Amino acid sequence: MFRNNYDNDSVTFSPQGRIFQVEYAAEAVKQGSVVVGIASKTHAVLVAIKRNAEELSSYQKKLFQIDEHVGIAIAGLTSDARVLSNFMKQQCLGHRLTYSRNMPVRSLVDMIGSKAQINTQHYGKRPYGVGLLVAGVDDSGPHLFEFQPSGMTEEMVAFAIGARSQMARTYLERNLDKFKTSSREELIEHGLRALKESLVQDRELTVENTSIGVVGYVKGDKEGGEEKKKKVEPFQVFDGQDVQRYLELVADDKKDDKDGSGPQPATVADEGEQMEVDAY
Amino acid sequence: MAMFSQNPLLNGPNYSFSEAPKFNAPEGAREHRFDPYTDNGGSTLAIAGADFTIMAGDTRLTSGYSINSRFHPKVFKIGGTTSDQKDATLVLSVVGFAADGEALKERLDAICKMYRYRHGKPMSVKACAQRLSTILYQKRFFPYYAYAILGGLDEEGKGAVYSYDPVGSYEREQCRAGGAAASLIMPFLDNQVNFKNQFIPGSGEGHALQERERRPLSRQEVETLVKDAFDGAVERHIEVGDGLQMMIITKEGIEEVVLPLKKD
Amino acid sequence: MDHRPQAWGRPRDDVYGAYDGSYLNNSGPRTVTQSPVVTGTSVIAIKFKDGIVMAADNLASYGSLARFTDVKRLRTFLGTTVIGFGGDVSDMQFLDRHLEELAVDESYEAEPTIDEDDQEAKKASQLNAGNIYRYLQKLMYQRRNSFDPLWNHILVAGFDSASKPLLGSVDLRGTSFTSPSLATGFGAALAQPIMRKYAATEEDAAKLTREQAVGVIKECMKVLFYRDARSLDRYSIAIVTKDGIELKEDEQLEKQSWAFAERIKGYGTQTV
Repeated sequence: MFRNNYDNDSVTFSPQGRIFQVEYAAEAVKQGSVVVGIASKTHAVLVAIKRNAEELSSYQKKLFQIDEHVGIAIAGLTSDARVLSNFMKQQCLGHRLTYSRNMPVRSLVDMIGSKAQINTQHYGKRPYGVGLLVAGVDDSGPHLFEFQPSGMTEEMVAFAIGARSQMARTYLERNLDKFKTSSREELIEHGLRALKESLVQDRELTVENTSIGVVGYVKGDKEGGEEKKKKVEPFQVFDGQDVQRYLELVADDKKDDKDGSGPQPATVADEGEQMEVDAY
Repeated sequence: MAMFSQNPLLNGPNYSFSEAPKFNAPEGAREHRFDPYTDNGGSTLAIAGADFTIMAGDTRLTSGYSINSRFHPKVFKIGGTTSDQKDATLVLSVVGFAADGEALKERLDAICKMYRYRHGKPMSVKACAQRLSTILYQKRFFPYYAYAILGGLDEEGKGAVYSYDPVGSYEREQCRAGGAAASLIMPFLDNQVNFKNQFIPGSGEGHALQERERRPLSRQEVETLVKDAFDGAVERHIEVGDGLQMMIITKEGIEEVVLPLKKD
Repeated sequence: MDHRPQAWGRPRDDVYGAYDGSYLNNSGPRTVTQSPVVTGTSVIAIKFKDGIVMAADNLASYGSLARFTDVKRLRTFLGTTVIGFGGDVSDMQFLDRHLEELAVDESYEAEPTIDEDDQEAKKASQLNAGNIYRYLQKLMYQRRNSFDPLWNHILVAGFDSASKPLLGSVDLRGTSFTSPSLATGFGAALAQPIMRKYAATEEDAAKLTREQAVGVIKECMKVLFYRDARSLDRYSIAIVTKDGIELKEDEQLEKQSWAFAERIKGYGTQTV
């Protein structure tokens, strides 16, 4: 049987110029359930499918608040995500303390990018087994970033990571030009539709398995008649009954859309269900 | 030194360099030591009621005889999830050296925020009070020169006030005044809140005289007491004045009021 | 007499006493600035309806010696914020270099936004006066905590995140505060009372016109020159508004009148 000699650590290149450990880490991201993020001119939303490891267990958490202006969606190893999440929270608190402003989302993402890259270049270290979508607003507006275990980070208009996320991405690509001017509600709606695309057959979005996270700008309070500064709507996660209202928005087109997108290939139906990830 | 110790006899009869005084404190030299503290004046006050707590402070910031600012709040909401502290449950007042006070407030706020993030619920006053004491004592040998008072509602929903000295000694009290005019306000509070030296008329002679029984004050009464206390302090203390900031903590949330005081 | 080469050119001990080489001693505790050396005097500033006016003279004194007469003590940051320095000049230059570095870093980080042509958003993402005020407070407080203070009293003027005029002060102990008018050093005693006549409250300041504010500042600079012995009649004045900063660094005090000096008696050689 073929044995790979170049995947024992993350510091050795294969003759083809690949670092297998980093690629494997990227695979761990694909094992996690899907998360979708979209940004408009006023808001950034994250939506996620939560799994329960078994019927008797509760559903995993997919969305986390980092600071009042930033939230993340995770796909991959939850425990690795927690390390990053705590780090990000510390950075945001520190930045707010020294500058009294929302930490620019790009600086924040750059920091976890460099942190993750170190793990890919030092012997004995392991890359993070988690991918993130980072949604936030700062003084320059709403942002959405993708983060990968390799340390790669990139600003996105809309993106999806996790199991079967290609289907969600296809939906996002098809509707790309609508996002910029979308309202808060429309953005959530698009997110949920993208999420539905990547569902396994016979699965549906329910109040149990859907999470929605929103952050954005709202019109500032009129103070003395001249206050027109935008105010941050803090990152907030909706779970359980709170998502019902949004699920109803996309419930109607269930039949047509499923038909429209055509049958899913059966081979990928259970991808991502073999490994214990995301669970705890 | 190496550069100048070129004596060929090495440690033999020497040049004056090596005989130089070892310590640089020549007679009569001007030695200017940096004093890291100043007193920025001002006064604070907290009173606990049956189901509320009122925290108050004036808004003047002084150094010496100068008024630096007429609006510099000393009373802060602590431990909300956002920077506007909309969902905060605790209030901290600090008076003394303003920079230390501010640093102390920010540290406690960061700790409360982390607690809330990790536990998914706000810190109780009791827990926060203990933590604040630890923070202060950790700097026992370079203290935060600030008199802190922490206020909130306890687990039973009763008003709670915890007061501190700069190095972390603390106790829970019914009321406390802090800062420049503490010695003016505290006796007034003893009399008006805890009814000290109030007796029931005609209830006896000398030691047989009965004390007036304590009863919880209403919010309206306490607000009046706070305003009177500060009006009195402003009149008699030069470092107190300009504005009165009040925070009223109830189970509905924290209300903030700013009223004018005399500016002279 | 010592004729060995090592002693050449050195003062003789028998004539001048033992040489005091104590300053060569680098053993013992680390020493830091214990007092300011070359200093600048007052900085003054007042808010008006569209912004802030700030001024400081161009003198750097060495004790009572007027050592440097062309030192600019008002510095700008990212074209939006003015920072005025009183106190030690070398510490001012250190802070200026530090802030310059910060401004460069910040400019590199200027983010592309989702709406590429939104210039407002691009500008808003840069550090504003509120951010700098906060940052300097933290820096000064940290230095005082390590007993190595930056011997300055600083005024910061510009706009905060809510686009409102901001005027703040930070001193060598990290004490910080805001007010409709501010002054450091002698100015706190001489200029502040004059400025408070025109801008006692934020509301009063919001009624002042730019011309009025400049007038008040010039009047105060004159009073300071009359009464502050460590001051100069050449000064810098900066006007910060939403449109940017107008900084003039070589202004001359006008319309001075020393008539009042005639009435001052009891100093120097004067006997009557």
